[in-house]
Amino acid sequence: MTNVLGISDVYLFILAGFLGFQLILRIPPLLHTPLMAATNAISGIALVGSIVIAGQNYSLVTNLLAFIAVTCSTINVVGGFIITDRILKMFKKEGKKKP
Amino acid sequence: MSIIQSCYLLSAVLFILGIKFLSSPETARRGMHLALFGMIIAIVGTLFNAEIVTYFWIIGGLVLGTLLSLPISLWVPMTKIPQRIALSHAGGALAASLIGIAEYYRYSASLDSMNAGIIGAEVLLGSLTFTGSLMVAAKLHGILPARPITYKGQNFVNLTLFALMLGLLLYLILNPALNTTFYTILGLSLLFGVFLVTPIGAADMPVVIAIFNAYGGLVSAIMGFMLANRIQIITGALDGASGFILSMLMCKAMNRSIGNVLLGAFGKTEASTQNNQAGGAQDVPVKSLTAEEALAFFEQAKSVIVVPGYGMAASQAHHALREFVDKLKSKNINVKYAIHPVAGRMPGHMNVLLAEANVPYTDLYDMDDINPEFPHADIALVVGANDVTNPAARLVKSSPIYGMPILDVDKAKKVLVCKRSMNPGFSGIENDLYLQENTWLIFDDAKATLSKMAYGFKGGW
Repeated sequence: MTNVLGISDVYLFILAGFLGFQLILRIPPLLHTPLMAATNAISGIALVGSIVIAGQNYSLVTNLLAFIAVTCSTINVVGGFIITDRILKMFKKEGKKKP
Repeated sequence: MSIIQSCYLLSAVLFILGIKFLSSPETARRGMHLALFGMIIAIVGTLFNAEIVTYFWIIGGLVLGTLLSLPISLWVPMTKIPQRIALSHAGGALAASLIGIAEYYRYSASLDSMNAGIIGAEVLLGSLTFTGSLMVAAKLHGILPARPITYKGQNFVNLTLFALMLGLLLYLILNPALNTTFYTILGLSLLFGVFLVTPIGAADMPVVIAIFNAYGGLVSAIMGFMLANRIQIITGALDGASGFILSMLMCKAMNRSIGNVLLGAFGKTEASTQNNQAGGAQDVPVKSLTAEEALAFFEQAKSVIVVPGYGMAASQAHHALREFVDKLKSKNINVKYAIHPVAGRMPGHMNVLLAEANVPYTDLYDMDDINPEFPHADIALVVGANDVTNPAARLVKSSPIYGMPILDVDKAKKVLVCKRSMNPGFSGIENDLYLQENTWLIFDDAKATLSKMAYGFKGGW
């Protein structure tokens, strides 16, 4: 909160958004469910923000709120990567034997 | 550049590569391993942040979160993936809102207008995504009725509420220190999430899940702006772009606009149109068959196209279907699967279920690729799909679904439909496909039918 929003951050957001559009348009419908699971896992990066807040000993209220936030984001990160891998593992080409 | 910043830069590159690798099933897993590596780098780097003075809450949250994540990732069945994804949208949005609240709680006295606006927007969008996604999950899981729940003046109430929230957000920007405004926005947004999803039926959930995916990304990016955390801005933008693309694709596949999905209460309105429309059509009897009789058709077939829909997921028929198809293939019958973009309850739902049943993904075809092949197919076997096969979308101008891209099932030489009953599909529209000369219906649970057919076919062979 001590930070002032720089114009470069807005650039970053817009350019990353364009990059995302280009990358994701190329993903076939076949993989749309794993894509959702994957972006879920990746957006669990909110964890890093939550960790910093949880580590600052400002007051019990902020600590508790951040604790819940860390828990939720961890669920998304760990759960998201596991389930994405589970889904992707199932996609097989013809002829390959069952695992 | 500090060590933490270098870690974040590296993980941003790894995330982008990870998403790039998702463009093919061959490389997708490798891509996710890269992304996971990036995530670990980012988390470990963060732990060395100089602002951290206590690790008690951090470690507690990490451990608890890991434990709680296992049941909803390792053991959740693939048929429940849509509600699982909706739940994780809710979790992500909740985390962002809580951090927004914590930051406001701490700095409310000294906030400038811009930061108040950022926090306000984060909490507004985060809270409505949280309750909205919970509603989606509850509807998909069957805790709440899947049908749209509507009342008179609903759109008016929702739009007023939304305008009120925006007004309050503006007021907060002008008076950043006013606690009441902030907490009212929080309360109203939580309420709005519930109201927003109430009138939306389960068949429209592919769009709604994708929209909340986009919101989740946006909230994450706003949180990045709030904390001046660039990695969150980047991933938020990627996630948001993904959600918006998916919702656009889903809307296109239903020939509707996002506004129409959110305000339209589809199933409801069409149910009434269907009543005056179907009167004449119902006089024509449909032809029905038993599973055993249907087998005779397959004895002479050379090529079969399978069209799965939500009914296949609902009756968990995908394993039985694959067994039957294996039998067909062993007799050198060419079998392909036709996947409509909005079949099922979320983008790509059918692909995942069929992959779970060990159907090779090379047998799955998207709508545009398979449609020219229907006229050459001996049999189109429809398993629990309805509206996406309705020729009215192509032919009947007055039909509510006119213009929606459909699978051209009606052009196949013979059409067999596994269907539980004559009830119309989710949109409530009568399907003219069932009245066609070359269509036969097999009334039963799809799983029972397909198991019988798989067994029976073996006997014949």
